Amino acid sequence: MKKSVFFGSVTAVALAASGALAAEGDTLKEVKARGVLNCGVNTGLIGFAAPDANGNWSGFDVAFCKAVAAAVLGDATKVKYVPTTGQTRFTALSSGEVDLLARNSTWTFQRDTDLKLDFIGVNYYDGQGFMVRKDLGVSSAKELNGATICIQTGTTTELNLADYFKANNMDYQPVNIDSNAEGEQQYMAGACDAYTTDASGLAATRASFADPENHIILPEIISKEPLGPAVRHGDNNWGDITRWTLYALIAAEEYGVTSANIDELAKSSNNPEVQRLLGTTDELGKMIGLDAEWAKRAIKAGGNYGEIFAATIGEQTPIGLARGLNAQWTQGGLMYAMPFR
Amino acid sequence: MVAYTGADNPPFRLSMLIYDRRYRSLTLQAIVFILVMLAASWLIDNTLRNLSAMGKTLSFDFLFRRAGYDIPQQLIPYNSDDTHLRATVIGLLNTLLVSVLGCIAATVLGVIVGVLRLSSNWLIARLMTVYVEVFRNIPLLLWILVCLAIFTEVMPPPNAYRGENPAASMILFDTIAPTNRYTAIPSIGMTNPPGTISLGREGISWAFVAFVVAIAAAFVGRRLLRSRAQRIQDRTGKRPTTWWISLAMFALPVLFLTWYFGLHLIPPVLRGFNFADGINLDNALVVLWLALTLYTGAFIAEIVRAGILAVSKGQTEAAFALGLRPRRTMSLVVLPQALRVIVPPLISQYLNLTKNSSLAIAVGYMDLRGTLGGTTLNQTGREMEAMVLMMGIYLALSLIISAGMNIFNARVKLKER
Repeated sequence: MKKSVFFGSVTAVALAASGALAAEGDTLKEVKARGVLNCGVNTGLIGFAAPDANGNWSGFDVAFCKAVAAAVLGDATKVKYVPTTGQTRFTALSSGEVDLLARNSTWTFQRDTDLKLDFIGVNYYDGQGFMVRKDLGVSSAKELNGATICIQTGTTTELNLADYFKANNMDYQPVNIDSNAEGEQQYMAGACDAYTTDASGLAATRASFADPENHIILPEIISKEPLGPAVRHGDNNWGDITRWTLYALIAAEEYGVTSANIDELAKSSNNPEVQRLLGTTDELGKMIGLDAEWAKRAIKAGGNYGEIFAATIGEQTPIGLARGLNAQWTQGGLMYAMPFR
Repeated sequence: MVAYTGADNPPFRLSMLIYDRRYRSLTLQAIVFILVMLAASWLIDNTLRNLSAMGKTLSFDFLFRRAGYDIPQQLIPYNSDDTHLRATVIGLLNTLLVSVLGCIAATVLGVIVGVLRLSSNWLIARLMTVYVEVFRNIPLLLWILVCLAIFTEVMPPPNAYRGENPAASMILFDTIAPTNRYTAIPSIGMTNPPGTISLGREGISWAFVAFVVAIAAAFVGRRLLRSRAQRIQDRTGKRPTTWWISLAMFALPVLFLTWYFGLHLIPPVLRGFNFADGINLDNALVVLWLALTLYTGAFIAEIVRAGILAVSKGQTEAAFALGLRPRRTMSLVVLPQALRVIVPPLISQYLNLTKNSSLAIAVGYMDLRGTLGGTTLNQTGREMEAMVLMMGIYLALSLIISAGMNIFNARVKLKER
């Protein structure tokens, strides 16, 4: 009797293990079974991903998590936000701790190939900049020779910084920090002359200062930083779902679909592309394992790309970023959704 | 004569492996050994298989690729064009630096506090108790962060030293400038440099070699002098005074070399954003050193106190009865016996300090954890390899420290003949 119980439990464990193994590589099934989307976000970068006093997350990257949750689970609130640092983010993704990484991460060759990540697109075209105090009297990054510079470890900015100073024959003293919050503290205490990270991050950081007017962001942009959400290599269907959720948000702005008029357009729009996008005709959702209204829910969650941008980091917010490169292609920007067909 | 063919060599049967006490323990050991090895091989196999399922194969090639990042503090030359391997070595040297500095300072502090805690002065003894209890009962990470906060918030930025009427002024005759980034101290310059031995990219000045040789020679000389004094004492009963010869052997060559090479201090000067010319001791190093010293010092103080208390009071009284003065009693009677008790737990404190130095990441000090286990790991995505390598290095480091201290322990422990 005892023996059979023992063998029985061994078999059960083995079955459970093999079951878990089978589910691996099918993130959609896993997320649906769990009922919650695990989304890796920044530990706290105002405008992109930061919790408020009540612990509710908001921001540009958070909005994308919500859109995916709405598309997949039908509820934008069913997201578990996992704060990740520059050091822990990719490990969190590849170990399966998060299903999706929406943490202003730069799309690079090595990350896409060697780290076995799939960047599903670009949601913010950025570049690395420098922030200094006004009273330092510096107006160009070329004047930073010999400066002490705060830099987040484990980021592409760390490598760009080394390259930029080498290319310009300048010296600098790096101060390695672990998170944006620590960087802010060191910079404010004057432990470094300049703080460098993506220009959007600098704007967001400056917005959280008590005296933003005393700090300037230098005009030099020393690198290309295409920021985008990433998923694990190997699960193409999950990659498709997240990629096309992003395109749905961008396309919605292009076709003038907003969270306000979406219900009306779903019924009355004559534009075939909008009809396909919102699931009125054709069943695009089925092809990626979702229902017909997936994109509609995603757009409704926080609005289209333009609405999200304006609400979280746009010119009306304290962060005050202009659309610039991130305008629609029709407006001279780089945001270009592939056709929904 | 009848040969006794009793129980001495019964034929071996398999069942004896279980029922015979002589073999049973061997059987059990063999079974446990096999089980442990099976578990280990399962773990390794599982890891490798899961890694390959993720498309990652175990490979240490990344160590030979370009690192691409800069490191704030380097003991040997390094720039972003060097390999990850060299970055790892830089990190290892930084780990060793803070560990060695920490072990020395913690031992000095620990011995002083440990002795003072036994002082008959009520106030001093209580103050030391407070220090010990406060520092060893609060996590080290908190002390590191507190020290960092003090250094960044309280010290002036380098800018404060600028201008006609600076907000901060340098201390010790304008030679040391504490700032919230580093402490700028004077460097040593030579007016008559003798050239360097070139070792690849590193160079060692002949002057440094000369000083090392001079000091080593002085140690040998002192040894000879002492054994001569001992011989004279054995023969005549009178020990000749040697301290001034000893002192001269150390001081004269050093003074001569200093004069010959024209050694002088170059005070740090504020130039551009930062101090130049001097040596900038990174605050990360100073903070980490300070916190590790204060924390481990509290533990060592307790070990020293225990060691001294372990020496029976009779020993002290006997030494006094023989007419030894208190200082000599301490150094000749109490301390040699106390060392036997002190050294073994001291080894673990040194090991702890070395391992605790990996908390350096909290202050951005680029030690082994910061380079190999931090930036390199992150930029290459080789978590498994970097972690395995780092664990191996820390293990080797600990075993080396442990072996060294065990040799020392063997020398001071009670010799039984």
